[in-house]
Amino acid sequence: MPGFDFSNYNRNAALHARGVPLPKATSTGTTIVGCIYDGGVVIAADTRATSGPIVADKNCEKLHYIAPQIWCAGAGTAADTEFTTALISSQLELHSLSTGRKPRVVTCMTLLKQHLFRYQGHIGAYLVVAGVDPTGVHLFTVHAHGSTDKLPYVTMGSGSLAAMSVFETQWKPTLTQQDAMKLCSEAIQAGIFNDLGSGSNVDVAVITADKTTLHRGYVKPNERSQKLKNYKFARGTTAVLNEKIITKDEIGKYVSVQTVEGEQMEVDS
Amino acid sequence: MAMFSQNPVLDGPNYSFAEAPQARADGFREHRFNPYTDNGGTTVAVAGDGFAMMAGDTRSTSGYSINTRFAPKVFKIGGSTSSQEDANILLSVVGFAADGEALKERLDAICKMYRYRHGKPMTVNACAKRLSTILYQKRFFPYYVYAILGGLDEENKGAVYSYDPVGSYEREQCRAGGAAASLIMPFLDNQVNFKNQYIPGSGVGHALQERERTPLPRSDVEVLVKDAFDSAVERHIEVGDALQVMVITKDGIEEKILPLKQD
Repeated sequence: MPGFDFSNYNRNAALHARGVPLPKATSTGTTIVGCIYDGGVVIAADTRATSGPIVADKNCEKLHYIAPQIWCAGAGTAADTEFTTALISSQLELHSLSTGRKPRVVTCMTLLKQHLFRYQGHIGAYLVVAGVDPTGVHLFTVHAHGSTDKLPYVTMGSGSLAAMSVFETQWKPTLTQQDAMKLCSEAIQAGIFNDLGSGSNVDVAVITADKTTLHRGYVKPNERSQKLKNYKFARGTTAVLNEKIITKDEIGKYVSVQTVEGEQMEVDS
Repeated sequence: MAMFSQNPVLDGPNYSFAEAPQARADGFREHRFNPYTDNGGTTVAVAGDGFAMMAGDTRSTSGYSINTRFAPKVFKIGGSTSSQEDANILLSVVGFAADGEALKERLDAICKMYRYRHGKPMTVNACAKRLSTILYQKRFFPYYVYAILGGLDEENKGAVYSYDPVGSYEREQCRAGGAAASLIMPFLDNQVNFKNQYIPGSGVGHALQERERTPLPRSDVEVLVKDAFDSAVERHIEVGDALQVMVITKDGIEEKILPLKQD
């Protein structure tokens, strides 16, 4: 496998030594949880992505597909969770094709930990791996340095303490699917309201022996309030210093034009 | 690098006491103490014709944690008693909450002494100058706050004075301070001072006439302030929970608390 491109390493090291700061990566300072129940497993996540104290994305997806019956919730550096899960998803698909068997959750977890351990924590992916395979129902956490845990209920991310407080007071050994979904959603909401790195909505994925159901926006406790005023400006409010008009007929002189039939783009009113 | 928890994902702004001694190249460890904490939050002040409005969210944070959802940062200053019923000045402080509290107490005591000695309340412009001196006295160990002073001037016009942490100040029509100041201030420039707004059809290119600046009525300012905070809450993690709004007119000071998003 080709791997990462290190060609700018020396330049960046020299720049850093002269006081140039590192670029800020979008981090999903997050709450993610998982919980096993009788007959399957539930994972859930909030939908806030941050860059320092600024909210970069109010409704991002932190529940990643790995295989039809294996899903992953990611915290840490957004790009790392995205690419690591996609890479392992690809490897697992090929492995499944060559063996002619359904992929196993332990296999996925092992591929993830070996990949992350090789990069000594520089790949900032903190994951909750869950799924159902021929050997049963499984739930794991994988840390960026490569360590793993296998537990009946797990939490990760900056809201992990808030979420774990819910599990530690409400979890019981026998749960129905509804119980597990409610428990996970309440754990995420504890993170949303008590951890500044987490916010907006709750996404939930339920994995059973026969299917996976993704509930995008399972709970939306933070809808934006209506603005009190209309901020539309009268036409001509902005100064125009220079104007050049190219008509549609003329534009063919500059670029090749092709008319496409299709739906109108959705725009803000 | 020091972290405030064992969770690497939490690697963010630090508590002041969490700084671990740094090992220098020569092997010696340098011990330090950082006396300041950033408690987040944002304030807005707008001067109008016959009123001044001061607003601030009530969330207090450290790192990714919420200390409390209700810590007011707009205060009445210079009343004759601790109830502040006859106060004629408003002060908002944002930044390091402990310094904000200390600064408020000090300015209030000075205004009360002035009232006792002179038998009349301090004018807003006198109080503004005094606050500047208080801040500059601590030039080399500053009060880590962005203060805004509000009230009515001698002509009963709304007055807003804004400060940096070491006492540089200026009278303005409006000002945003604190965590989301950079998000709100451009909005205020455009909507209060009508910056970048021209009168449609009044000319071509540079000959275009700017929209005339007139002080806004109170109802309009109330709407702008609420919208500004609702938007700041959407995009800044340290702003939220509740909005405290104080309005000072010739009839006295009104206060109200409005809800904000809690996530």
